[in-house]
Amino acid sequence: MKEFSEYKGVYVFVQQVEGVIAPVSFELIGKAKELAKSLNTTVSAVLCGHNVAGLCDELGEYGADTVVLIDDPALAEYTTEPYAQAVYGAIDYFKPEIFLYGATTIGRDLAPRVSARVHTGLTADCTKLAIDEETGRLLMTRPAFGGNLMATIVCPYFRPQMATVRPGVMQKAPREEGRRARVLPFNLKIERNDRFVEILDVIKKMNEAVDISEAKVLVSGGRGMGSKENFRMLYDLADALGGRVSASRAAVDAGWADKELQVGQTGKTVRPKLYIAVGISGAIQHIAGMEESEIIIAINRDETAPIFGVADYGVVGDLNKVVPMLTKKILELKEQN
Amino acid sequence: MLNIVVCIKQVPDTNEVRLDPKTGTLIREGVPSIMNPDDKAGLEAALRIKDELGAVVRVVSMGPAQADAVLREALAMGADEAYLVSDRAFGGADTWATSSTIAAAVSKLPYDIVFTGRQAIDGDTAQVGPQMAEHLGIPNVSYAEEIRVVGEYLIVKRQFENSYQVVRVKMPCLVTALTELNRPRYMTPGGIFSAYREKQVTVWTRPDVPVDDANIGLKGSPTRVKESFPKALKAKGEVVTMDAEAEADYLVSKLREKFVI
Repeated sequence: MKEFSEYKGVYVFVQQVEGVIAPVSFELIGKAKELAKSLNTTVSAVLCGHNVAGLCDELGEYGADTVVLIDDPALAEYTTEPYAQAVYGAIDYFKPEIFLYGATTIGRDLAPRVSARVHTGLTADCTKLAIDEETGRLLMTRPAFGGNLMATIVCPYFRPQMATVRPGVMQKAPREEGRRARVLPFNLKIERNDRFVEILDVIKKMNEAVDISEAKVLVSGGRGMGSKENFRMLYDLADALGGRVSASRAAVDAGWADKELQVGQTGKTVRPKLYIAVGISGAIQHIAGMEESEIIIAINRDETAPIFGVADYGVVGDLNKVVPMLTKKILELKEQN
Repeated sequence: MLNIVVCIKQVPDTNEVRLDPKTGTLIREGVPSIMNPDDKAGLEAALRIKDELGAVVRVVSMGPAQADAVLREALAMGADEAYLVSDRAFGGADTWATSSTIAAAVSKLPYDIVFTGRQAIDGDTAQVGPQMAEHLGIPNVSYAEEIRVVGEYLIVKRQFENSYQVVRVKMPCLVTALTELNRPRYMTPGGIFSAYREKQVTVWTRPDVPVDDANIGLKGSPTRVKESFPKALKAKGEVVTMDAEAEADYLVSKLREKFVI
């Protein structure tokens, strides 16, 4: 049995792009605070980048006790190898007990590379993290098999215990103005090697303002919409409710909605106050991405559609009639008030 | 001539998986097995490079004997050689032990490019590709949407949530492919004939794979499944069937009750 007493603290990889910290990093710090409390230890944020020291205060206000600051020109933009060197270096030096990453396209590239280098386990896309009271081990729960089986994973004989967590799943802690983290500049020599890649260009995607995981109300369309034109009625309903439009994979694959709007296992996880599923049958993969919504309404003509199994309120009928009617009634009500 | 290795996994078609509404467990019976979609995109990318520039495309899969079927499919699509890494000793592996095993198998083959899919639809971890690259000591570019060979480099368009990077990476390297990369070709009748009559699937068992016992199978897996359980089903809501106007009224009344409007 290996001795792990030298491994201490809950660490979070802070994802920043162009000086903006990804919301998931604050969510992870929020979760890390709870875990650290159970283990009677502290929360450290590992901030990598170039000229990013200005972000340390914000990390403190959201709950980090310490910020490990790794500042290097090679970290100005994300590429795998220099970031892997930085995080590996921090793990090797600080010996964290737990290390968390956001399950973003950056985290899901970096974390496995680091896990192979450190030789420790990594659990992907966790939806629940807790400490086992008996053993003090991290219990990492994730959906398996397309989302309907849940598995709790442990990493008993290696440290740190590492996990990636999907954005939107954990809650960030309330911001405490003026709370400061201790900043530890960590000077690490990042060595150029043949694993470096060269960035030739960065292309922004259009519609980047639309982030469905931040929306309070989502009106989501699926295969049953039948056409791209029919999505218009979803935008009308979303406008009436002050919400956004999202889509199922089937609708995205059909070209009726952009990939950024996709909810589900291969899209985004959302938990709005209200989710209206229109013409969505409710494949396991879709449900995995939206079932945490506070109120779920389903509109579908097939009464056997699995979406009705998770809906709070379901109506069986023709969406082409029900949706415009619903929009009209909501607008009428708003006018009266 | 370029040497390309494509890693493919046989997976249950999770789009076909249904839940038993009474027990909440998965109904696995009758679920077809397919080549993992992201892996198939990697194979197609390799075959396009072969068509354009000439290359030897070798496919590697780890799994039980049935995984022969996806390797034959890859041969029928145009891959040149196929290797099945199959032994009970490799079973029960997590992503760490899986990647160390497949990386060891791949290290026996010549390669300029290794393709894996971004993730498999049964596990969704997206870990094996980057972990293999680390074990092989080569760079990886994940989430590839476009790819082009220029001299001894690859130019890869790499997807992020709100942007793309176009990166230049020196071969040998590993690329994880997205289904957005391409539309995979179909098998041809001649290809199918040749895949079963002319081409071979080489089976590699434990002694054929140069990897330490400590790094394979369940024993070599840092992570362990403590328990698995069907997801708790939510209490059933109400489902109504009325005419459209009554339904709209019903929904409006519910939204008012919940103070949404």
